[in-house]
Amino acid sequence: MPSGIKDRVAILGMGCARFGERWDMDADGLMVEAFEEAIADAGIDVSQIDAAWLGVGFDAQNIGSSAIPLSRALRLPNIAVTKVENMCASGTESFRGAVYAVASGAADIALAMGVEKLKDTGYGGLPVRTSGTTNDLFSVNGSAPGSFAQLAAAYRAKHGVSREDLKRAIAHVSVKSHANGAKNPKAHLRKQITEDQALNAPMIADPLGLFDCCGVSDGAACAIVTTPEIAKSLGKTDLVMVKALQLAVSNGWEAQGTGWDGSYFHTTRIASRRAYAEAGITDPRKQISLMEVHDCFSITELVTMEDLGVSAEGQAVRDVMDGVFDADGAIPCQIDGGLKCFGHPIGASGLRMIYENYLQLLGRAGERQRTSQPVFGLSHNLGGAPNQNVSSVAIVGLAGA
Amino acid sequence: MVGIVSVGAYVPRRRLQRQAVAAAHAWFAPGLKGLGRGERAMACWDEDAITMGVEAARDALTDLDRARIARVVLASTTHPFLDRQNAGVVKEALDLADTVAALDVGGSQRAGTSALLDALQASRGGAGDVLVLASEKRRAQPASELEMMAGDAAAALLVGQGAVAAEFIGGHSVTVDFVDHFRGEGREFDYNWESRWIRDEGFAKIVPTAIRAALARLGVAAGDVGKFIMGAPMRGINEAMAKASGIAAEAVVEPLAQVLGEAGSAQPLILLAHALETARPGEILAVVGFGQGCDVLLFRATDTVATAKAGLGVSGWLARRAPETNYLKFLAWNGHLHLDGGMRAEADQKPVLTALYRSRKAAMALVGGRCTVTGVVQFPKSDISVAQNARTIGTQEDYPFAERRARIITHTADSLAFSPDPPNYYGTVEFEEGGRIAMEFADVEASDVEVGAVMRPMFRIKAVDETRGFTKYFWKAVPDFRA
Repeated sequence: MPSGIKDRVAILGMGCARFGERWDMDADGLMVEAFEEAIADAGIDVSQIDAAWLGVGFDAQNIGSSAIPLSRALRLPNIAVTKVENMCASGTESFRGAVYAVASGAADIALAMGVEKLKDTGYGGLPVRTSGTTNDLFSVNGSAPGSFAQLAAAYRAKHGVSREDLKRAIAHVSVKSHANGAKNPKAHLRKQITEDQALNAPMIADPLGLFDCCGVSDGAACAIVTTPEIAKSLGKTDLVMVKALQLAVSNGWEAQGTGWDGSYFHTTRIASRRAYAEAGITDPRKQISLMEVHDCFSITELVTMEDLGVSAEGQAVRDVMDGVFDADGAIPCQIDGGLKCFGHPIGASGLRMIYENYLQLLGRAGERQRTSQPVFGLSHNLGGAPNQNVSSVAIVGLAGA
Repeated sequence: MVGIVSVGAYVPRRRLQRQAVAAAHAWFAPGLKGLGRGERAMACWDEDAITMGVEAARDALTDLDRARIARVVLASTTHPFLDRQNAGVVKEALDLADTVAALDVGGSQRAGTSALLDALQASRGGAGDVLVLASEKRRAQPASELEMMAGDAAAALLVGQGAVAAEFIGGHSVTVDFVDHFRGEGREFDYNWESRWIRDEGFAKIVPTAIRAALARLGVAAGDVGKFIMGAPMRGINEAMAKASGIAAEAVVEPLAQVLGEAGSAQPLILLAHALETARPGEILAVVGFGQGCDVLLFRATDTVATAKAGLGVSGWLARRAPETNYLKFLAWNGHLHLDGGMRAEADQKPVLTALYRSRKAAMALVGGRCTVTGVVQFPKSDISVAQNARTIGTQEDYPFAERRARIITHTADSLAFSPDPPNYYGTVEFEEGGRIAMEFADVEASDVEVGAVMRPMFRIKAVDETRGFTKYFWKAVPDFRA
């Protein structure tokens, strides 16, 4: 196995726009908002950035094609700028590009930006789009909640969980995220909800009700990365280091082959195992301090606990109900509100997750700051559907961890 | 000996309760109350004359080798395409060889019987086995009598030589441009003339004459006709025509008016398929089609007539039923009521004809691939096998999934995605002999959808491109009614 990315790249600065229905702003404004915070945090001048990556999920429905929108919005000095798109994992992909550029030595300082401006489409939820010319001949006329809702049926069948018990557990997932989001001034949804509200909400895709679904938001998030040596030379002391960056992409086995039972993410299991090996983590449940996972839907978060190995297989319902992942639990999950409440501007989400872990590691998370000093923050960013997806796992931690 | 080898049918699961229709129209057309009895078959939004024809064909071809088919004929006055061979779509869906001929027959309510007569004569002349389909989804104006009396359904008859279930004695046709109703180019609905005139000058003068001529020419005594099959919807007309032809009133078959409705040009063939379910060996069946003239076909049931019904048959499909009392649903599905589907309904469904042609076996016939080295099956076919432990390249042969049973492994009921029949049920099904496909479900209730439930594929409309007038077809999973 290659030696990996561990401790080779430091985060110099990060920024995140306020997520939400930003009727006042287009994508340029969102990117500038995130960038201004990040570059001030990094303490550098824009001329010091050697290369940049832009992550966008639905480019055709908002910024258009190419990386030019980022270069123009930030008036970057004609450096190399690349756009990456890997569905909802696009944000982590942009981070990966920047981190790898620094690790390779091709760039001293690199920037990753994720942005999405979907509230100009007129849709609640994600807009309808093609799934590819050939796929469109066969693909199901469905929606994102419908894709992910199918996890529930398969999970119940596999583990013998009653409909009511699973529904209550996923309600708890959302109640927890709303409680967390209420404390986050940049979050899209800042109202607490009750379990009854979650249980009795209108059905979107059985068994997912309205509160089992994250909203679609406008937003942007930005990271500036460099080598630990340069970071120190710039006067940084408490360095947040990249410990692992892994991506696993479906090859069609789940959707077409034999053996996948529909109840879990094959790719997340692979990506997380690789990430733990890269970061030197042997017992994730004990060693991971914080998790930001891709809770596009409550059921996704629940099964992801098992795929990340923090819950034993079949035990996620119990762990959720025991409060293991609550803000004051053993391993908080979505302490910033998650996709559920911080919001889900597709291309920005992966970077938003890293942003929260970065703040928490540096003790800068304000009212939602974890009291015990975190060591490793894991983020999990997922694009696609359970039967065919892109799953990324990023782990950041303090230098020396 | 030429005749009918096997018969099949298809009747959509939903049955619109006529009382509900009459009640909705009571303020406007109180006279419809008298027709407000029984139920009529109601196609789902994703069914048309092609999909119903395909399903009827599958029914008739149950356990038969499709390689024997030399020609497919689709009779209808409601072909979905005016210029794209509708029978050709059926041919693709049935995964028949490209050497199979195809023909659309339409233009008259007599299309079904004329197509059958022509097929029998062609087969007798050495044309080989002909799969005759008649399928109708008649478009009726709201508050019209046709709306009450019509029913959506299809019949399939495999015609050939040799061991037949019903021997073709012979046929007779007369053509008279008697215009009881018409539908001109670009017109949505039929225009009808007075029914008394149709009865007295049309049926009464044309039909008995034709029947008597047929009987005389073919040497069959009227009294020997055991089943008289006409199925005209006008009250008492079938009995009157039998009587005027010297055929016993008891021979008139039940027209299924109260349980199915009148399926236009398909009706005589549906009734023939139904009659053969109970015909006794040696019994003579007279089939009459009326429309700008008259077709008369005479058959004699053979000793193997009990084998005519290959699959569910008319009776089986009639029993697979779900009463529908929501007339608004009927209006919406037939395009009479334009409901606000929201932005998700606006998705452009422009067909990509190049891709459709390239992938036609997969898209139209649900043919996947089977690796000739490892035996692994998959959908769709690909250059490199999906098998994780045996990377084979270019080894796949065609592997048809359409006639195989599958079980649900994941599912949901989606209320967000646009569907004319919300919520849209879908999930992944795994075939019993291997392979899996994420598919939409059709004809399901919430209670039918659970992990492990047994399903079978059915050819349905996937989407309609309203802008360009193109219908996309694919396969959906329905509860396996044969299980």
